[in-house]
Amino acid sequence: MTATASAPDGLGTRPAPAPVAVGPGRRTRTVTLLVALVAGLVVASFAAAGSGQLPIPFDQVLGSFLHGIGIDLGPMPTHPRGDDTLWQVRFPRVAMGIVVGGALAVAGALMQGVFGNPLAEPSVVGVSSGAAVAAATAIVFSLTFAGDWTVAACAFLGGLVTTLVVYALSRSDGRTEVVTLVLTGIAVNAVAAALLAMLMFLGDTQAREQIVFWQLGSLNGSRWQYVAVVAPLAAVGVVAAMACARSLDLLALGERSARHLGVHVERLRVLLIVVVALLTAAAVSFCGIVAFVGLVVPHLVRMVTGPGHRTLIPASLLAGALVLVVADTGARTLVAYADLPLGMLTSLVGGPFFFWLLRRTRRTSGGWA
Amino acid sequence: MSAALVGRGLVVRYGGTTVLDGVDVDVRHGEVLALVGPNGAGKSTLLAVLAGDLEPTDGKVEVLGRPLTDWRLKELARARAVLTQDNHVSFPFPAVDVVRMGRAPWRGLDEEDLDDEAVAEAMRLTDTARLADRPFAQLSGGERGRTSLARVLAQRTGILLLDEPTAALDLGHQETVLGRARTEADAGAAVVVVLHDLSLAAAWSDRVLLLERGRVAGEGAPAEVLRGPLLSRVYDTPVEVLPHPTTGDLLVLADRRSTR
Repeated sequence: MTATASAPDGLGTRPAPAPVAVGPGRRTRTVTLLVALVAGLVVASFAAAGSGQLPIPFDQVLGSFLHGIGIDLGPMPTHPRGDDTLWQVRFPRVAMGIVVGGALAVAGALMQGVFGNPLAEPSVVGVSSGAAVAAATAIVFSLTFAGDWTVAACAFLGGLVTTLVVYALSRSDGRTEVVTLVLTGIAVNAVAAALLAMLMFLGDTQAREQIVFWQLGSLNGSRWQYVAVVAPLAAVGVVAAMACARSLDLLALGERSARHLGVHVERLRVLLIVVVALLTAAAVSFCGIVAFVGLVVPHLVRMVTGPGHRTLIPASLLAGALVLVVADTGARTLVAYADLPLGMLTSLVGGPFFFWLLRRTRRTSGGWA
Repeated sequence: MSAALVGRGLVVRYGGTTVLDGVDVDVRHGEVLALVGPNGAGKSTLLAVLAGDLEPTDGKVEVLGRPLTDWRLKELARARAVLTQDNHVSFPFPAVDVVRMGRAPWRGLDEEDLDDEAVAEAMRLTDTARLADRPFAQLSGGERGRTSLARVLAQRTGILLLDEPTAALDLGHQETVLGRARTEADAGAAVVVVLHDLSLAAAWSDRVLLLERGRVAGEGAPAEVLRGPLLSRVYDTPVEVLPHPTTGDLLVLADRRSTR
């Protein structure tokens, strides 16, 4: 053996290891973030329910909610139509916002994990438009094979097929390069736009209006029946996502290394793609395309909690819900007597953010890879 | 010593190209086997086949006496660890989290209690403890390599497959890393190392497997395989092998006398 300064003699002994762990800072920050998000979501939800053309004070919204769930506490709305407005219009809309925002953010986080690329997002790669095409098909041809669930089922199938296509087209060596991903997104979105245009051409006026509404994305007209369809889908997706969180972390090491650590990479990928399609479909089936939530939210969350999926997924769920509730309140109240399209608002913010992220990714990785 | 890893008649073809052509390999507990050979000789391919990443066109691999295909992935991950050449991590995981990922196969078992200890020890041995909080992507090439090696060591398996663990490492860290491989082997592990530096292979391995265009050109103790004429032929460049004047270690050098 060569005699070197590196002293292999010290390697065989095993003294008590020094504690090596990420400082308590990150855990504290994560807990703080989760608590803040829950608090923020509760406050924002009641504030959102109280605002609109018929303003209802915060305490009365709270009172109405508590009475509604069987707790006789707090003041009821003083306005004669206040309680009805809350329960028939506002609460379902806020609930839908929570479900859709959470589902989209989790779908984004999952997709980024599966593609190993922080720029992957259902609307960027065209999954949302794929789901929209299928949903528009159901609208135009008045399909009713699954009752209330028909549009959602079609959106799910469309989303699933599109995700699989994007997955097959954009990956090489277990990774997806930014250029490939973005270009695939352009191609998929172009085809989806053409198909949507064709469907609008084929459809009658009412179908056309529905499709336009779809493309713009809005929580307007949310009803409890819709929430009842969307929420279970989203819940299944989120539970599945949480179950895969640890494996998703390992996937960040790349396909081979994840396999070496015991992850069935292909099985996991297919499962997660179905989950992404499920979550996206749940989100878009009644509300249309709300873009970029899945991009912006997980990214911001990652900056606070780090990239570990066990905290990223629940935090994204909460943050996504919060963002959409706030954004929807903005959509309803920014312009008096007008209900702005929610998808337009999120894209207005998300588009530039995407561009910034693209620039930054390019700089840090030294190229477009 | 019993064989931990056995490959018999391994053939790998991509289309018309034969990358591995009937390779036999045995890796025993307690020894370091160095895989050497020129670029494209099939070293990494052989390692990938042994790791189970690549299904050989022909031939079979046995791990601890059981056909590789019979192993469940989780079980296999507790029996052998693999260090790949490409160490890319998609998200800004701090180094300590990357090392901790090496403990994933032990989740839910008694060994899970050793997680903290295994991670700390692996980071100490690879001199990466001070990198713990830094995002993996911000580390230098050598630091990444060592962090990935720490991940592999934290896995605490009896079989180690290391694809160029010394690539991008400075002299001191090359020695520490291979010294570590040596120590693991002395403690009973079966270690396969792909190496480019033949002097390192000579210094740290028990046996050398020299590959030439997918075939075994030589196998045995370093002094038997690392001989000037054979290496000159396989590497297609003049090579001379000298004993170190005092230690007797083999020094493998390019013979530049004819070109000057």
